[in-house]
Amino acid sequence: MRMLPVLSRLAWRYLWRNHRRTIIMLSAISVGAWAMIFMTALTRGMVDQMVRDGISVIPGHVQIHDPGFLDDPSISNLVAYNDVELAERFGDLEFSAWASRVRVPAVIMSERESRGVTLLGIDPAAEQTFSFVDYEDVDGRFLENVDDNGIVIGAKLAAKLETRVGKRVVLMSQDPDNELADRGFRVVGLFHANMEAYEEAYVFVGKRTAQKMLHIGDATTEVVFLGDDYRDVEPVYEKVAAAVDDTVRVSRWNEVDTYLGTMLKTMDGFVLVWVVVIFLALSFGLVNTLVMAVFERIREIGLMLALGMKPMMILGQIVIESMMLLVVGLLIGDVLAYATVKPLESGIDVSIVQQGMEMWGAPSVLYPTLYLNDVILANVVVLVLGFFASLSPAWRASRYEPVEAITKVG
Amino acid sequence: MTAVRCVDICKTYTQGDEDIKALDHLSIEVDKGEFVCLMSPSGGGKTTLLNAIGGLDIPDSGEVWVAGQRVDQMSKGELADLRLANIGFVFQAYNLIPVLTARENVEFVMQVQGVPARERGEKSMAILEEVGLQGLEDRRPAEMSGGQQQRVAVARAIVSRPELVLADEPTANLDSHTSEELMSLFTELNEHHDTTFIIATHDQRVMRYAKRLVRMLDGRIVEDTVQDAA
Repeated sequence: MRMLPVLSRLAWRYLWRNHRRTIIMLSAISVGAWAMIFMTALTRGMVDQMVRDGISVIPGHVQIHDPGFLDDPSISNLVAYNDVELAERFGDLEFSAWASRVRVPAVIMSERESRGVTLLGIDPAAEQTFSFVDYEDVDGRFLENVDDNGIVIGAKLAAKLETRVGKRVVLMSQDPDNELADRGFRVVGLFHANMEAYEEAYVFVGKRTAQKMLHIGDATTEVVFLGDDYRDVEPVYEKVAAAVDDTVRVSRWNEVDTYLGTMLKTMDGFVLVWVVVIFLALSFGLVNTLVMAVFERIREIGLMLALGMKPMMILGQIVIESMMLLVVGLLIGDVLAYATVKPLESGIDVSIVQQGMEMWGAPSVLYPTLYLNDVILANVVVLVLGFFASLSPAWRASRYEPVEAITKVG
Repeated sequence: MTAVRCVDICKTYTQGDEDIKALDHLSIEVDKGEFVCLMSPSGGGKTTLLNAIGGLDIPDSGEVWVAGQRVDQMSKGELADLRLANIGFVFQAYNLIPVLTARENVEFVMQVQGVPARERGEKSMAILEEVGLQGLEDRRPAEMSGGQQQRVAVARAIVSRPELVLADEPTANLDSHTSEELMSLFTELNEHHDTTFIIATHDQRVMRYAKRLVRMLDGRIVEDTVQDAA
């Protein structure tokens, strides 16, 4: 540690001895760091949006179902607790939001077309805060209460069914006895969603109306709970699990939608791979710079050894030089990334490739999101790998014989 | 008290197919406080001998003792410690660190030794004044003449008052006036601080200051005489 100031001063001065080479290398590191962070922010933003959209459709961070529901999401697998029991168990617990609902596959028919959909019987007041539908952005109106006799369908589905607000449609499904359960509804609203696929797939009716139609009394098929952050659902999970018995199954959102959960994990891995790949490209330049820097001062290294510097100090000096180069480059890259991501956080419109994006569940507007953890990860990976990359030229420098190095010509 | 003792040392270099004996069964003993001048034609072995004494080059055989320690069997780290604590070097070419100023070059060894900053500053300014470089302390080597650079190198070698100074052609790039001043400084250090000097040179003016003249030829000592210094 005593030698740190002198080694740092030497490293800094040597870095700027060939300022052109240093500036080129700094530019490469800065652009590399910027690319790492910017692409990570873009990917994170996209995945976050996909997951949030996904969770808002599932919805919720934690759910309870009948143990057989996830394998067979039919009306015969009802949650063991009715609405009154649910209120007793969860009414006093604190969640960001919670709601029970009926969710079954159904067929909707207009006078011209029919489509397979997912019927959601909901309590509109309970789900307003986390629904993927903006109640204010509905053509017509949204459901007003659990007894609402109308139906709200997606604008895209309405187009497919060639129907509109005010027209009647018929919903068909099965009751728990496998008998046909159907009912006519008047379309009271057309909702809009981030993804057109959602507009085609879901229809909303009042929860109690759905319960009557399906002959299930006051039973439901799922209960959903929201916490503060979809990445940290354990507190909610533990609270819910403690309030139920083994007649129901408690699931985290990534267990309900394994695609979303797997995608999130994959993206975490992808971010790391992306950072490492960019670093590998950078490392060639870094090692080359250090090798050249060492090669052009062999005599001076020999002199320092002759004057009493130990080989480890020479090694330390070269490593410090590399670290300085990386730290300065990373700082510039971080600032660049912040300066470019922040203005884009309001969204990048990629609707020109909307169909392609929707095919794999991505929205048509990307919102780059800068996470401190991702910035730290990129910086730490570059510094750690940079440290190891610089060891080779530094080791070579420290192994010079002073008398040979001092007499080296040119 | 013996400062340096070389016993039957040999060093052979290979140049192409030819083996060149730089040191050929050479033995020499230098007492503390001696002022020794090594003289030889080019290739006579004086630089190799200085390097062997300074632990910069290890002889093929024989023993080298400095300050009572066996140099030729030391590790790289031990050699570095020995050089740092006991030996001041003045090399043939100026051999300054180009990214440091004159003052920083002079302070360098003291900094590695762990001398406190204030003491370093005072000593370096004093020695630079002694070698006539006051006012030039913030210049880098590239901004100084050859003679000025050599004086910085000398200042660096003697600033921490080493027991032994090994100088290879220290006056080669100096004018006569500066050479005289430098040798006077060496003589003063030798007489007042009992510093041992071993100087390899062709310069007749330097020889006049030496108390002992050692003539070498083909890696052997051919004449070893004590003389009255100037």
